Amino acid sequence: MHLVHTSPEADVAIIGAGVVGCAMARRFALEGATVVVLEAATDILSGASKANSAILHTGFDAPTGSLELACMQAAYAEYMDIRAAMNLPVLETGAMVAAWSDEEEARLPTLLAQAQENGVTDTRLLGRAEVLAREPALAAHVRGALLVPREYVIDPWSAPLAYATQAQMLGARFLFNAALKGARRDGATWVLDTAAGEVKATTVVNCAGLYGDHVETMFTGKPSFEIRPRKGQFVVYDKAASEHLRTILLPVPNDRTKGVVLTRTIFGNLLVGPTAEEQEARDRPDVTRPELDMLMDKAVELVPALRDMPVTAVYAGLRPATERKEYRVHADADLGYYCAGGIRSTGLTAALGIASHVFALWGRAHQAVRGAVNAPPQPVMPNLAEHLPRDYQTPGHDGIVCHCEMVTAREIRAALDSPLPPGDFGGLRRRTRCAMGRCQGFNCLARVATLSEGKLRADILPEGDA
Amino acid sequence: MSDTCDVAIVGGGPAGLSAAVELKRQGVARVVVLERFGRAGGIPRHCGHPPFGMREFRRVLSGPAYARRLVATAEEAGVEIRTDHTVTAVRSGGVLELATTQGAMTLTARRVLIATGNRERTRAQRLAPGLRPVGVMNTAALQSFVYEEGRKPFLRPVIVGSEMVALSALLTCMRHGMRPVALVETRERVQTRRLFMALAALLRVPVLTGAELLSIEGRTRVEGLRLRRNDGTETMLACDGIVFSGRFTPEATVARASGLALDAGSLGPEIDAGGRSSDPHVFVAGNVLHPVETAGVCWAEGRRVAGVIARELAAETGETTEPASRAGAAVRPGEGLRYVVPQRISGATELNIRAEGAARGRLVLRDATGRELVVKTLRAYPEQPIRLRVPALDAAALSGDLHLGLERDD
Ligand SMILES: Cc1cc2nc3c(=O)[nH]c(=O)nc-3n(C[C@H](O)[C@H](O)[C@H](O)COP(=O)(O)OP(=O)(O)OC[C@H]3O[C@@H](n4cnc5c(N)ncnc54)[C@H](O)[C@@H]3O)c2cc1C
Ligand SMILES: Cc1cc2nc3c(=O)[nH]c(=O)nc-3n(C[C@H](O)[C@H](O)[C@H](O)COP(=O)(O)OP(=O)(O)OC[C@H]3O[C@@H](n4cnc5c(N)ncnc54)[C@H](O)[C@@H]3O)c2cc1C
Repeated sequence: MHLVHTSPEADVAIIGAGVVGCAMARRFALEGATVVVLEAATDILSGASKANSAILHTGFDAPTGSLELACMQAAYAEYMDIRAAMNLPVLETGAMVAAWSDEEEARLPTLLAQAQENGVTDTRLLGRAEVLAREPALAAHVRGALLVPREYVIDPWSAPLAYATQAQMLGARFLFNAALKGARRDGATWVLDTAAGEVKATTVVNCAGLYGDHVETMFTGKPSFEIRPRKGQFVVYDKAASEHLRTILLPVPNDRTKGVVLTRTIFGNLLVGPTAEEQEARDRPDVTRPELDMLMDKAVELVPALRDMPVTAVYAGLRPATERKEYRVHADADLGYYCAGGIRSTGLTAALGIASHVFALWGRAHQAVRGAVNAPPQPVMPNLAEHLPRDYQTPGHDGIVCHCEMVTAREIRAALDSPLPPGDFGGLRRRTRCAMGRCQGFNCLARVATLSEGKLRADILPEGDA
Repeated sequence: MSDTCDVAIVGGGPAGLSAAVELKRQGVARVVVLERFGRAGGIPRHCGHPPFGMREFRRVLSGPAYARRLVATAEEAGVEIRTDHTVTAVRSGGVLELATTQGAMTLTARRVLIATGNRERTRAQRLAPGLRPVGVMNTAALQSFVYEEGRKPFLRPVIVGSEMVALSALLTCMRHGMRPVALVETRERVQTRRLFMALAALLRVPVLTGAELLSIEGRTRVEGLRLRRNDGTETMLACDGIVFSGRFTPEATVARASGLALDAGSLGPEIDAGGRSSDPHVFVAGNVLHPVETAGVCWAEGRRVAGVIARELAAETGETTEPASRAGAAVRPGEGLRYVVPQRISGATELNIRAEGAARGRLVLRDATGRELVVKTLRAYPEQPIRLRVPALDAAALSGDLHLGLERDD
């Protein structure tokens, strides 16, 4: 099939600008396709991708032989490849799957065997003394652990933003406030009815996360999977907490209870979570008191020094889980429909791999793509990682606006003037960290609101304020 | 870049500025105030309402006028105020690490005074349930919207909390065309004098005490606050903003980063009666010690600690003289008392105490043997600043820990 361009029709319309949609846009744009991204919300990363644990997984515990594992491992390698050029940070923490009982300790060798089978060959078992030598603040009743040296922490927002920005530099168009409402096939073209008007594309890729099944229905009439949102709540401790733990602390998986993770964030905090709560609503990542209390109790149980540690933030994310554990990736080439659905709990890691996988499925049916872009432009992301030089440390920054997170006026202006600027307050926070620290805007909220006034799709100030 | 001075003051609020002026008055040569914002003055900068200044200037001023006056007085006295200077930590020996518009710097001081103030607990710190829409903020943020940026962040907010600062929120709203839907207090009674809350009733803003917050509603902007009222019924208060007022907590970031011993009750640094922290070079004053007192109290405290520092510096002869260490016997607050400041006393002093909730009964200071040293009858509303005058104590009393107990009437 030959791709001819009668103006606004794109080769590919991507539905959803979560991490998967952003990576998808990048991959297709890199391969020379014309891309349009339709996003219902006012900014990228407004769904599941807004809130996660920010761990770059090795896949050590993923189902052996699964697409999920393949995507994660391909993506891990690609991330490490591109991160220097795009200035994407990595906090090389490593992880320990820590055992706290006989039962859990007995499971460690099985986990080790699976990790080895999954090709994560640098994993090894640690005895209690080794665990405590590595992490002296752990509660003394720890038994031992599986060490996974290459599980790392990343910035969950700068990475997808880099993917999207690169796609845009390559010509991809991002439409916001552009919820897909319906679709019809006109010959070999999809005519998409969106909240921002009609959009035409030859192929569509469903990256709609928590609405993947609804969107699939618009294209195929009947969804092949059902989204069952699973909420994960988190508590973020003050930066002072991070001195108590360097390694990501993972639970031994267990059929009955979901364990919680304790990890540093790339921003210098310590995070405990997530819960795993099945729920109906796709748009209610509520935080709830008993679960937050449970998380903090758990954190103190594992790291006693966290007792009385001030809390900086609480949040929740919704995993786009389905009735089955695996990713729901499939294609109907004749129909021009591709789906990357049900990317439940490893999408931050796997997105680059999922994108390459879907592109490969598409490429099989589309022999005559114009060809990959040579020497693509590389967006350089501003660094927000605490362990690397920050903007405030460089002279001439015009003053610090957010003192808890040390965000400068220069950084805020740069984000507002960037190629893919924030569409709302959340987007500005994710791009700069302003108002995300311990005072949550007590000091800077008003200033941030006026700095960004008129520059966001959804202003911080209410409409009609004068 | 490195630099030196006699006293470096972290924070240019009422406590820091009054200390600076007093140090100059007592002849200390080089006094530098480091303020992270572009302007000094502290919280009053954006409190566009009275009353400020009675104790200090014998007149009632609005916050911004008061802040300007504090700054002007300090400048006239020869205090060096460096704005846009954030102190990130105080290393031992009085070495301050600074973040400035010129990049990182250090400043070495013979003594350091930490006066970083406090802030209201956020929605997150209260673990308030629900969604996380735009329009949830503290009173201070509301006030800076109105008084610094000339903007209204919402039109029909709910105010959570009933301490004095809730009245600031209420009046700021009323005066600037925002109409509070209700004042919501999660505890059984208002957290100040009941009389103050009569004002809310006068303004026809309902006060709902004993309410449980069920959820903050709104996917992008605030749309409501769902709660269970004290009669057990559930309501949804439609609103476009939520102000979490009060429940102050010290801005103890620098103190923590500097490794100062913190008090588990106040959450601020522990001090002796002279204001000295666990680091002999570092003194502390103002609301970072005791959340929360009025600006006037913080101002007076800054001045008092400045006197201690000035005397100590005057007594230093050679270059090598070491500062004294924290002095006195520890005062341990008992059940029902949230904190007592200072945490150590030696000579005659005044204790600054906060009880949990309303307190009626006997406040008793005992020595380690159980001997009653000072007794006071107490009738305090919640969050009331409680003072206890302690006379000079004998050596026997100071030989062990002191215990401050609240014996409640029943
Ligand atoms: C609690 C939690 C912890 C996690 N921890 C990790 C981790 O540590 N490491 C890791 O790798 N992964 C982690 N994940 C998983 C990861 O966050 C998800 O896999 C990933 O975010 C899914 O991305 P997505 O792009 O598929 O979905 P989404 O981010 O939900 O994106 C879908 C987008 O589609 C848009 N959309 C929906 N319907 C329409 C429509 N009709 N028209 C237009 N646009 C539409 C939505 O607005 C949304 O922006 C975690 C997830 C959660 C919830
Ligand atoms: C909304 C509101 C209304 C109020 N209304 C009244 C009232 O009507 N009357 C009254 O008497 N009191 C009122 N108060 C209380 C009053 O503001 C405080 O008592 C007083 O400001 C405390 O003074 P302070 O010097 O201890 O701290 P602050 O005024 O908080 O000053 C601390 C200063 O330190 C700076 N700082 C903090 N950390 C650093 C750092 N790392 N480096 C450099 N600088 C730093 C801060 O920027 C700030 O300027 C109100 C408070 C609030 C929040």
